[in-house]
Amino acid sequence: MTTPANDGNWHRAVIVRIEPRTPGMRSYFLHAPLARHVAGQHVDVRLTAPDGYQAHRSYSIASRPGAAGIELAIAAHDDGEVSGWFHDVAAVGDVIDVRGPLGGHFVWDGSQDGPLLLVAGGAGIVPLVSIARAWQAAGSATPLLVLHSAREAGALAFREALAALDEPGRYVTATTRGAPPPGGFGRRIDAAMLDAVLESWGHVPAASYLCGPTDFVEAMGKLLVARDLPARSIRTERFG
Amino acid sequence: MSTRGFTGRRPGADVAGRLPPGQYETRDFPVLSLGPAPVIDLAHWRFTLRHGARPLASWTWEQFQALPRTRWQGDIHCVTTWSKFDTEWEGVTIDDLLRAAGIEAPTPYLLAQSYDDYDTNVPLAELAGGRAMIATHFGGQPLTAEHGGPARLLVPHLYFWKSAKWLKGLKFTAKDEAGFWELRGYHMHGDPWREQRFSSDE
Repeated sequence: MTTPANDGNWHRAVIVRIEPRTPGMRSYFLHAPLARHVAGQHVDVRLTAPDGYQAHRSYSIASRPGAAGIELAIAAHDDGEVSGWFHDVAAVGDVIDVRGPLGGHFVWDGSQDGPLLLVAGGAGIVPLVSIARAWQAAGSATPLLVLHSAREAGALAFREALAALDEPGRYVTATTRGAPPPGGFGRRIDAAMLDAVLESWGHVPAASYLCGPTDFVEAMGKLLVARDLPARSIRTERFG
Repeated sequence: MSTRGFTGRRPGADVAGRLPPGQYETRDFPVLSLGPAPVIDLAHWRFTLRHGARPLASWTWEQFQALPRTRWQGDIHCVTTWSKFDTEWEGVTIDDLLRAAGIEAPTPYLLAQSYDDYDTNVPLAELAGGRAMIATHFGGQPLTAEHGGPARLLVPHLYFWKSAKWLKGLKFTAKDEAGFWELRGYHMHGDPWREQRFSSDE
């Protein structure tokens, strides 16, 4: 697998649409002259102050490869220098600099065979949404299971899009505060939950993608390795 | 051209002088790796120095503990744009390792190899002269698995993907061979002060 053409240069991107995803996350749709991405990749964003000072951050792409605009779903962080600008200032028509797409490991290009497991903690769902959308757009016969853990039902970003996955796709949620959404678990993901979910799904993952905070990804990785899944079949991406 | 309404949070002059271009300071220690941390039993841990496929020297964990130890404190820089200041490491310098092996470097190029099959290329010139170590301790404590324990490479003056976690050996190669990320678009050298992030950067 190779990284698609990325000329390495910064390009001007225009924010063409902004949509709330959860109380703490918004999607920013960009028009930018970037190469088509592979699901799971990210872009680097650069903001410039009037005196020339610049701040860079990396954001995962939520849109499917080939979609008309690039969707970045950005969570607001306390005191976030760049996410703060997006949430407090950014408006349709604003111009930012982007570079990418980037990342050649945490990607799904549809060529991998076998059941696909996507596990997200909180905002870690973003690159996995791109993978699920790529899977859906491809009409893939590969069984898909998306497991999303978040603090509460309202923090399950992209819940509607993921709940609408066609068979053979499955979408399972785990929330720890408040009432879980219909059919969802009301606790953290543990070994027993994973056993139950995988058994009901009826497949052994050939490829697993884990994304979320470090401690979440470590815990999920251990659970999967304890189920005798080869470590090489598990790809991780972490933040925080 | 500036971004409308962006003023930014400038670091103080003391911090700014220590930040390579495009980096920001974090107080956390973010974790980046390809997959779950491999489970490594110290009873079976081996560190092997090779020339191509040929082993030159090998250490068990116990033997490795007997090598001379060095402490280093300073700043580290990740290509994902975070930098962390004043990190404290302890381990065995590459100079001491080669001395213990009783060998002269057979080639000027090395590939660091990890237990999770990750690898990354680093020229000997970047490792020798006290510029790199095989670290077993961070902040005075044994290195945790998520940060690359029991032992990882530490090459603090290059982007941190060169500091391979879960290190199992160093291999001398006839030429500068690209490793895992270098094959996927990242820079062969990776100097943060020259902002050598991607292969398209100079």
